[in-house]
Amino acid sequence: MPERAPRATYVGGIGRGVEPGQVRWPPVIRFQSVTKLYTSSARPALDDVTVDIEKGEFVFLVGQSGSGKSTFLRLVLKEEKPSRGQIWVAGKELSRLSHWKVPALRRQIGTVFQDFRLLPNKTVRENVAFALEVIGKPRHTIAQVVPEVLDLVGLAGKEERMPDELSGGEQQRVAVARAFVNRPMILLADEPTGNLDPATSVGIMRLLDRINRTGTTVVMATHDSHIVDSMRRRVIELESGKVTRDQSRGVYGYAR
Amino acid sequence: MRWRFVFSEMAIGFRRNLSMTIATILTIWIALTGLGAAWLMHQQTNATKDYWFGKIQISVFLTKAVTQPERDAIRQQLLSLPQVDHVYYESKQEAWVHFKEQFKNVPQLVKNTDPSALPESYRVKLKDPKKFAIVASAVQDMPGVDQVAAEAQALKKVFRLLGGLQNVMLIVAAAVLLASILLIFNNVRLAAFSRRRETGIMRLVGASDVYIQAPFILEITVAALIGGILASVAMFAIKALIVDHGLKSAFGGILTYIGWGAVWGTIPYLLLAGVLIAAITAFGTLQRYLRV
Repeated sequence: MPERAPRATYVGGIGRGVEPGQVRWPPVIRFQSVTKLYTSSARPALDDVTVDIEKGEFVFLVGQSGSGKSTFLRLVLKEEKPSRGQIWVAGKELSRLSHWKVPALRRQIGTVFQDFRLLPNKTVRENVAFALEVIGKPRHTIAQVVPEVLDLVGLAGKEERMPDELSGGEQQRVAVARAFVNRPMILLADEPTGNLDPATSVGIMRLLDRINRTGTTVVMATHDSHIVDSMRRRVIELESGKVTRDQSRGVYGYAR
Repeated sequence: MRWRFVFSEMAIGFRRNLSMTIATILTIWIALTGLGAAWLMHQQTNATKDYWFGKIQISVFLTKAVTQPERDAIRQQLLSLPQVDHVYYESKQEAWVHFKEQFKNVPQLVKNTDPSALPESYRVKLKDPKKFAIVASAVQDMPGVDQVAAEAQALKKVFRLLGGLQNVMLIVAAAVLLASILLIFNNVRLAAFSRRRETGIMRLVGASDVYIQAPFILEITVAALIGGILASVAMFAIKALIVDHGLKSAFGGILTYIGWGAVWGTIPYLLLAGVLIAAITAFGTLQRYLRV
C-alpha cells in the first residue's frame, strides 16, 4: 500500500503518543461531538462522542448491547448520518461526501461481522473474489491476490470448499480474507468472535493482530472480556452512548 | 466495468426468477403486439386515405354514346368549379388496364369481363374532399354523364372498421402494458429481495450503484427484448394474415395496402419501447428497494 503524505493543512487535536519532531498523521477516524438519534428511541444511540483513532492503532470498542458500538461502526461506513457533530474517515469529512463517493470510501474499509455473511452458493475463493469483482478489479489481479490473502488467513488448500463445509472459525477467516483482500486502510469488526468458541476466537484475534501489524487500523466491537484483557490494546468503553473510558493498553472493565 | 461478471450475475438472476421472467416476456410480447398492430392499422388506414383522398374523390362515368362536344362540355363544367383541383381523363383502354391491375388477384373476374364494357370517365381531384356533393350535383344531369360516384364515401365504412380495430388494439395494448409494468416492478422487487445478501455485501465492499443495479436492469431488459422480438414476429404475421390474406381478399384492388417496409419500420420502435419500458421501470423500482 502506498504511504500517504501527511497533510499540511491538517489542524487536528493532539495525537496520541506523538513525540516532538515526529511526523504527525491525521487520525484515520475522528469523531467530533457526534450525537446520533434514532427516530424510534428518545435516548441517543451516541451522545456527544469525541474520539480520534490514529493510523495503525488497534482499538477495542466495549460496552453492553445497545451502548452504541454498532452505531459507531455504521457511522464510520456512512450507513447512517450523525444527527449532530462531524466525522472524518481517511481524511474525508463524511457529511460533505456526496452519495456517489460513498463506494470509494467503503473500498478503504473492510468489515467483518459476527454472522460472517458469506454467500452460501459460492466457494471460498469465489466469496473472496466477489469483493474484488464487484468493484471492477481486472481478472488477472484477482487471480493473483485472492490466493495470497487466503494463504495469509490460513485457508490455503480450502479454496474450493463451500462455506457450509467449513467450521465457524474457518468461515470467519473467509470473511476476514474478503474484508482484507483489497488491503483497506481500516478494518472494522463487529463482534467477530461472538459466534466462536474461545480457542477458535484466539485464532481469529491472532489473525486480526497480524493484519494490524501490516499497518491497517483495526476497530473491533466486542463483549469478550478475555480477549480484551489478553490483548492489552486501546479500549474505548461506551455506556448509553457516552464514552466513559478511553484507555491505551486497557482491560475490559474494572468491575469484574 | 467487468461485463463478464455483470452478465454472469444476470444469468443467475434469470434462472432464479424463471417463471416471473417468462410471465414478463409474455405480457410484454402481447402489449407490444397490440401497440404494433394498432400502428399498422393506422398506417393501413392512412395508406388507403392517401390514395383516395390524394388522387381521386369523384369519378364521372360517361355513357357509351357520349359525343366529343359533350365530353368537352363536361370537362369545362368540372374545371369551372372552384372546388375542383384537377381533372384526369380515363379512356376505355386505360380503364381496362387499371381494371386488370386492380383485380389481378381475381383472374376469374378479369377473364369474364368484356374490355368494351368498361366506361370512359373523368377522375376528379377536389381541393377539399368533403365538398364532393356540390361537384357531383353540378355534372350529374349533363348529357353524356352516366353516373357520378363518390368512391371516398363508399370507403368510409372501411375506414370506420379499421379505426375501430385500431382503437380496440390500443385499449388492449394499454391494459396489457400496465400489467407488464406492474409485473416488471414486482419481478425486480423480488429479485432484489432474493439477492439481498449479495447486494448487501456489494454495498459493504464499495461496489458502485452501476455494478449493483446493472444485473437487475439487464435481466429484465433482456426479457423485454425477447418480448419485443416475439412482437416483431407477430407484426409479420399480422401483415401476412390480416392485411394480405384478410383485407386483400375482401376488398381486392380498391384499397392500397401497406407493404413490408411498414412492418420493418415498426420493429425498431417496438424493440425500443420494450427495452425503455423495462429499463425505466426496473431503475425506478431499484431506487426504492435497493438504496445504497
